[in-house]
Amino acid sequence: MKIRLDQVVKTFDTFRAVHGVSLDIESGQLVALLGPSGSGKTTILRMVAGLEYADGGHIYFGDQDATDIPVRDRGVGFVFQHYALFPHMTVAENIAFGMKVSKTKRSKPEIATRVDELLRLVKLEGLDDRFPGQISGGQRQRVALARALAVDPKVLLLDEPFGALDANVRRDLRRWLREIHDELGITTLFVTHDQEEALDLADRVVILDQGRIVQEGTPAEVCRAPNSAFVMQFLGDANRISATVRDGQAYIGETVVDAPTSLDGPIDIYLRPGDVDWRPEGDGIPATVIRVLDRPGGRRVLANVEGGTALEFDVAPEMAVRSGQVGKLSIKRSRLYPA
Amino acid sequence: MKRNVLPGLPLSLGITLFYVGLIVVLPLAALVFKAASLGPAEYWAIVSSPRAVASYRVTVLSALVATAFNLVFGLALAWVLVRYRFPGRRIVDAIVDLPFALPTAVAGIALTTLFASNGWFGSLLAPLGIKVAYTPLGIMVAMCFTSLPFIVRTVQPVLEDLDPALEEAAQSLGGSDRAIFLRVILPLLMPALLAGLSLSFARSLGEFGAIIFIAGNQPMETEITALLAFIRLEEYDYQAAAAIASVLLITAFLMLAATNLLQARALRYTARS
Repeated sequence: MKIRLDQVVKTFDTFRAVHGVSLDIESGQLVALLGPSGSGKTTILRMVAGLEYADGGHIYFGDQDATDIPVRDRGVGFVFQHYALFPHMTVAENIAFGMKVSKTKRSKPEIATRVDELLRLVKLEGLDDRFPGQISGGQRQRVALARALAVDPKVLLLDEPFGALDANVRRDLRRWLREIHDELGITTLFVTHDQEEALDLADRVVILDQGRIVQEGTPAEVCRAPNSAFVMQFLGDANRISATVRDGQAYIGETVVDAPTSLDGPIDIYLRPGDVDWRPEGDGIPATVIRVLDRPGGRRVLANVEGGTALEFDVAPEMAVRSGQVGKLSIKRSRLYPA
Repeated sequence: MKRNVLPGLPLSLGITLFYVGLIVVLPLAALVFKAASLGPAEYWAIVSSPRAVASYRVTVLSALVATAFNLVFGLALAWVLVRYRFPGRRIVDAIVDLPFALPTAVAGIALTTLFASNGWFGSLLAPLGIKVAYTPLGIMVAMCFTSLPFIVRTVQPVLEDLDPALEEAAQSLGGSDRAIFLRVILPLLMPALLAGLSLSFARSLGEFGAIIFIAGNQPMETEITALLAFIRLEEYDYQAAAAIASVLLITAFLMLAATNLLQARALRYTARS
């Protein structure tokens, strides 16, 4: 089912949470709404679900205007951040709930067969008569997903699906959710504040800030060409160096580097930790090492460049660097935004 | 051994058991002891006398009706207090406790004045042929008044802890309001409702002060069991008073045991494997 948001607005009391957001989600896609807290991502998800009504604009499911359809008739599967499993029902009863209260009557054996099928899908065979209080967080998450899928939703919506889980469980569940999505082909929209999660899992990433979409695209598009300093910083570790551009040359303090840009005047140069090369001597921007952090895959160096700007970059694990050392930095790639 | 915050277990256990014994068990034991000094035949004659049986009937029936009324009204009141924000909410919240604080005799006199055939409510109900004061209906009204806070105060905290996401989840799964109430909300409130219900019923069985003013106290019709025990006491017939009181005691005990059992069943899901 294709979902289309057209100029959707939501205001809480005096606070405008969502400012005219328009978005197209193709049928069968897995899309992430990514943003910091307060960016309106959960509000958008809840409006798509019908748990919140839009104050303006329209939401279409396929060609149907779903803006005013109440949640119980909208045919969405919603997975809540803290799962919202019914604590007094067993795992099997939780999964069967939607089928039991549905207007389409199903026989008992029919429901039981479907519950077994879903338990197998989420790999929880044998836990059917446990209560939610008796299973782990990751298992609860999978019960919540099975429960949402039981009613054959047209759209699957997940609110911070892995937010409350350990890092390891998270990674496994992420891969597993992708597999289930590919198997069922159901249009899926999920909310997260974790960039890694969004980039790993989604076909398309929608980045939000203060109730507006700031950029959307495939993970490759948003990673390779962040369209603003906000996106650059939000997607991962980034260094900022202030500079001035004149005639294709950027002046960083005393140092001059080539700046392939049409911008002129004061700019900010953004660098990922992997975007610079470190050399003990030679050409480049002089920098003093403040601290070295050892990590499993390499060494992270905290340094100060001329003028006091702090910078973080990565060097190979075997590189000998120590604090107090002075060396030169050369920029391999960078992105420039007007200051 | 794990260190506890409260002072040593033997000490705290000793103190609490001593007080339970002194304040609760000792008077009850005296009551049972007094009643037991009657022979079985004599005991049975007293507790099964027509006047006593009539008093059980009016007491238990009125308590059942009052509890049922409070169950519905108390749940609604707790719901409104928890789920809605309206001006005066805190005042209503405070008023709920008033029946606890008010001397029950004062409540009884106030209710009698209101419901007497020339009172504010009584004069309105009289043309409809409804008499409240000096009838079993009056007993129910007095019981409702004194036991309402129990249901509200037991259900309120549980409702406050009820995650609204549970209702949203049930809605997103297609549940109607009715289905959500019956299958999700009510089962989760059941332990608290049972606790409130048993307290409310037990209080109604034993209520005395508020009822004797409004009941009219006609033997065989509007005489409650507690009053009958009191009358025997006034006649210096301590054994008969104890015998009648023991029936109330046993009823209350059985009822509390039964609701505890039901509560444990309703809370099955919280048991860890």
